[in-house]
Amino acid sequence: MSALEGAAALPVPPAPPAAARAFARLLGSELLLIFRRPRNLVILAALALLPVAIAVVVRYSSGGIGAEVTLFTRVTGNGLFLAFGAMAVMTPFLLPIAVTVVAGDAVAGEAASGTLRYLLAVPAGRTRLLAAKYLGAVLYALAAVLLIMLSALAAGWALFPSGPVALLSGTTISLADSLLRLLIVAGYATAGMAALAAVALAVSTLADSPIGVVAGVVVGVVVFQLLGALPDLAPLRPYLITSWWTAFDEVLRSPMGVARLVDGLLVYAAYTLVALSTAWARFTGRDITG
Amino acid sequence: MSVNAGVTEAEGTSAGASPPLGRGGAIVTTSLTKRFPGGQVAVDHLDLAVPRGSVFGFLGPNGSGKTTTIRMLLGLVTPTEGTCEVLGEPVPRRLAAVLPRVGALVDGPAFHPHLSGTANLLRLSAADAAVDRRTARARVAEALARVGLSAAARKRYGAYSVGMRQRLALAAALRGPRELLILDEPTNGLDPQGTREVRSLIRQVAAAGTTVFVSSHLLAEVEQICTHAAVMSGGRLVAQGTVAELRAALGGRAAVTRVTVETPHAGRAATLLTGLGLAGVRAGDGEVSAALGDRAPEDVCRALVEAGVAVRGFAVVRPSLEDVYVDLTGEGFDVGA
Ligand SMILES: Nc1ncnc2c1ncn2[C@@H]1O[C@H](COP(=O)(O)OP(=O)(O)OP(=O)(O)O)[C@@H](O)[C@H]1O
Ligand SMILES: [Mg+2]
Repeated sequence: MSALEGAAALPVPPAPPAAARAFARLLGSELLLIFRRPRNLVILAALALLPVAIAVVVRYSSGGIGAEVTLFTRVTGNGLFLAFGAMAVMTPFLLPIAVTVVAGDAVAGEAASGTLRYLLAVPAGRTRLLAAKYLGAVLYALAAVLLIMLSALAAGWALFPSGPVALLSGTTISLADSLLRLLIVAGYATAGMAALAAVALAVSTLADSPIGVVAGVVVGVVVFQLLGALPDLAPLRPYLITSWWTAFDEVLRSPMGVARLVDGLLVYAAYTLVALSTAWARFTGRDITG
Repeated sequence: MSVNAGVTEAEGTSAGASPPLGRGGAIVTTSLTKRFPGGQVAVDHLDLAVPRGSVFGFLGPNGSGKTTTIRMLLGLVTPTEGTCEVLGEPVPRRLAAVLPRVGALVDGPAFHPHLSGTANLLRLSAADAAVDRRTARARVAEALARVGLSAAARKRYGAYSVGMRQRLALAAALRGPRELLILDEPTNGLDPQGTREVRSLIRQVAAAGTTVFVSSHLLAEVEQICTHAAVMSGGRLVAQGTVAELRAALGGRAAVTRVTVETPHAGRAATLLTGLGLAGVRAGDGEVSAALGDRAPEDVCRALVEAGVAVRGFAVVRPSLEDVYVDLTGEGFDVGA
């Protein structure tokens, strides 16, 4: 463009650099792809319904619900506890499965259907595409977590009392404080799922069958949970990503068990770093023959 | 180029065999080789030279390495050996600069089944940093119109017929202005009408100055639209040049120009043609054919008429590219390993 044209152009508000804007478009398209996909929507709907089902069961049954009895008996005192309870129930398996379905499919699904070769011929750029795929999966995880919590809050307050919340340690906190703590739970849970998404994405770049990837990662999660549950393998526990997912019960103590949450976040960061490096090395070097 | 310079014997690709295109070519590969893990050599020391502005037919039987070559040109597959240059830039090193100028249809259509044709193309647009968001929709609509898909633009891709899918892949390649179109078997699955449309589309695009590189095993098609062609066999290049050169390269080979005379006096005509010195005379029921050699067809025809042979039909059959192809690849029905 000549200087004259530049001078004649209307003053425009400072726009983000073109590359960032272009990436935002790619990410937007990725999100549309994820959130328009019927399968992913059905999963979200199921995740949102479960807290409602739990609320109904707790409200209309006299007995307790096994392991989560301490949390759920509190639900009858304050509906807000349903959000914590629902997360405690869904974080070990259901939420990871939902995240794995999206993240595990991210590259392998497009490779298997052949759409990957058209994206790369555009050119989408391999690193750029991988980044968009990862962020898309993380945002899906965030949406799932928020949906579970909102659904649980709605169901909890519809069927149970609201007001100040009595913590596990006995102290009572205000509603505002408890909502803030709920947000911390959401953030921590999303971070755990983001680490899982990185692992699933890495596996997704290693294999060409999306169903195989999802099945493999889910089996991996189950195996990790089992290993973490064996008393003999207690020394292994801190290294298993799965052991940290439910550490958000620290949020319900007074004072909050921040140290343990930070340890959890560090473990997540380590998993994410290794997994994303693997995914990047594999994806940028690989032949696309599908 | 001499008659034989266009043909490289399958036994060895000599360095001097490829046309001297140098920097000006739309696609130039030297010794391009792909050996897949497992040892399969899909492309073997390929020296391809596609001149700018040409419509270049890339011929070869199933499994001869056409798609693998195209994947290397697009940076999808890394060559194990050799180099390739697309639009003057080395690939894969400068892919980001090259690919926005290239439209490609690779190995058949592939799109998301739950999205419409428009949504699928918009997804590709969104991935394209070179596309202006404001003009993306208009461009997509235009590309769909060019391939005759406007009416089905909002239909789910999963509900498309085979031909509609192929058209959508073509539309994806035509999403923006291109300097080079790489089309891998673009008429696969199309009806005769669709095939004609694709041919005219390629002519249009070429007339506008775009180089078109089109792989096919439908030879008649290549012959109709291409200015240049290359023939692959078992991963190796066996011939390349202009279509005329390839035909000429047949001199002395099995496929030669023949005359066919339709006449009730087949026996007399056969004797006469033999008398004229034509070789390979074959007399059939109401038809006689012979190799034309260096005789002018009009002389042959006049001789027949003057001898009182009732000529009902007279045709000069030039060797088709198919003859060249069969001759060069020795291709029967079986796919090479
Ligand atoms: N990913 C792969 N791994 C191993 N071998 C491969 C791979 N892809 C292709 N090949 C082999 O490379 C050879 C060339 O395949 P290619 O797909 O390039 O042929 P083609 O000329 O496009 O054939 P067609 O006309 O059938 O499309 C074949 O023998 C094929 O089996
Ligand atoms: Mg092919």
